[in-house]
Amino acid sequence: MNLVKIFKNAFLVILASLILSACATKKVGTGQLQGDVYTGSDTVEYLASGVKDRVFFATNESVLTTASRETLRKQAAWLRKNSDINIVLEGHADERGTREYNLALGERRANAAKDYLMTYGISSNRISVISYGKERPVDSGSNPLAWSKNRRSVTVKAN
Amino acid sequence: MIFRYLFILFILLPFNAFALIEVDITRGNLNPLPIAVTSLSMDKDSEKKFKELLKKDDIGLEISNVLKNNLKKTGLFNPLNNDAFLQKSDIAHLKPRFEDWALIKAQALITGKVTFVDDKLRVEFRLWDVLAGKEMMALAFTTVPDNWRRVGHIITDKVYERLTGEKGYFDTRIIYVAEEGPKTKRIKKLAIMDQDGFNTKYLTLGNELVLTPRFNPTNQMVTYLSYFRNLPRVYLLDIETGVQEVVGDFPGMTFAPRFSPDGKKIIMSFAMDGNSDIYTMDLENRVVERITNHPSIDTSPSFSPNGKYICFNSDRSGYQQIYVMKSDGSNVKRISFGKGLYGTPVWSPRGDLIAFTKLHKGKFYIGVMRTDGKGERLLTENFYQEAPSWSPNGRVLIFYRETKTNSKGEGFSAKLWSIDLTGYNERLVDTETDASDPSWSSLLSK
Repeated sequence: MNLVKIFKNAFLVILASLILSACATKKVGTGQLQGDVYTGSDTVEYLASGVKDRVFFATNESVLTTASRETLRKQAAWLRKNSDINIVLEGHADERGTREYNLALGERRANAAKDYLMTYGISSNRISVISYGKERPVDSGSNPLAWSKNRRSVTVKAN
Repeated sequence: MIFRYLFILFILLPFNAFALIEVDITRGNLNPLPIAVTSLSMDKDSEKKFKELLKKDDIGLEISNVLKNNLKKTGLFNPLNNDAFLQKSDIAHLKPRFEDWALIKAQALITGKVTFVDDKLRVEFRLWDVLAGKEMMALAFTTVPDNWRRVGHIITDKVYERLTGEKGYFDTRIIYVAEEGPKTKRIKKLAIMDQDGFNTKYLTLGNELVLTPRFNPTNQMVTYLSYFRNLPRVYLLDIETGVQEVVGDFPGMTFAPRFSPDGKKIIMSFAMDGNSDIYTMDLENRVVERITNHPSIDTSPSFSPNGKYICFNSDRSGYQQIYVMKSDGSNVKRISFGKGLYGTPVWSPRGDLIAFTKLHKGKFYIGVMRTDGKGERLLTENFYQEAPSWSPNGRVLIFYRETKTNSKGEGFSAKLWSIDLTGYNERLVDTETDASDPSWSSLLSK
């Protein structure tokens, strides 16, 4: 009974996200959103030439997109070359969630980035994690594009 | 309608020993009770003394204004304009001419007297049923003169209790986060104020981010989240002494703290390696207990008033929903099954309801449900609002609301609001600055 429900819900969710993502890519002509993940570069800074400092997430998600994984692989390569540098991963959420849940979500996002860096050979000793929840948005707008820029994990040099 | 009938019944039976006037607080009250609140009278000597001490020309009037303001904000009472009063307040306090008060449509009357006695402020007041022509209550208080606003609140509590049959919530404080500055660089401080927005005091300087303060049952301690030295941890603060300490020794972020109903434990979330679970720490012996152990986010825990249960939110079903479990972490049951996401559950001090924040189709709601999840009622809808906190009598919720910014990202504000459990009487709560994360104290004088 429950399983049937779960499958049904899962199916609906997948269907809904397919429809939503189809709509979103069509509607946003700026090409800055894929699904609701930010793909632009307005707020992005660089740790080194060609090494973006941040990755973006879908609403309520902490799954790394293909683009995020590429960014993190570049970060890992740069960190391997600069073995004296330690980093802080700052996890953030958008303003469309309750404060306490968003603190946990930011922590989960930063750890998704940390886990990925670790699989590319970066020692956990060099990485610390902090969540700011929704407390430190980069874009103060109240619209889907602003929110997408705020759902992020930012890699910051710690030393 | 029922309220009206009850009322007529009591008027017809003026010598009934039970409450004569009754105010029904279980529904939205569209006919607030007309009440005359006279300025508390003073003799010349007392007037002069209070003027020197408190720099107030007429402390009797000031106290009655505290009372009137409180009564008006309940939505249950309609304090009448003093200009209409026919009888002088000092004479009315001795023997009201009820015809005069009935003529201006007052159904209840409050009179009183303030005197300066042995360096103290003494207030006596009487509550009268105008239509029955009877005294309903007479009380006197003595306190230090600086406490004059609290006297107004205590009188309100007494009047409210006499007329509604429920404990009041006026001699209480709100602890909250005062906010200022641009949305991307908000400065946040802990602040405490009287329930009516007066006597604001700032408890931190704004050097570090602070969030989610909550009182202990005796209102002397506060637990909150601070980013001191950029390490987000749950702290404990003694309001009187200003002494602060970190709660526990966790190797990662602790957040979402609240006290247990006996004040002996703090319950909170601890986040580690991308997973948040719920823990308690005993404040006496420092023993830490893990309450939930699940790879999902478990946070926003709140004890039932008897301490036997905990409600919390978890995304273990895939989305944020509300769960209830025994206080040892066993018997976890999901209780929210409506459409949308549910967060910030908080158990009513009466024990029968859980208030929550709900997000559905891009709107935020403050609502209540029974502890089994049935009987969901949404009280208010807005662009963004969350984090309800109960008044100590379980009749009013305070929460915060944020505005939508314009296309340039301007126009952000955060304010405190209150609403009755009935879904009526929504009000902006006065604060000196922008404000969020309110937590209501229990009654200061019990």
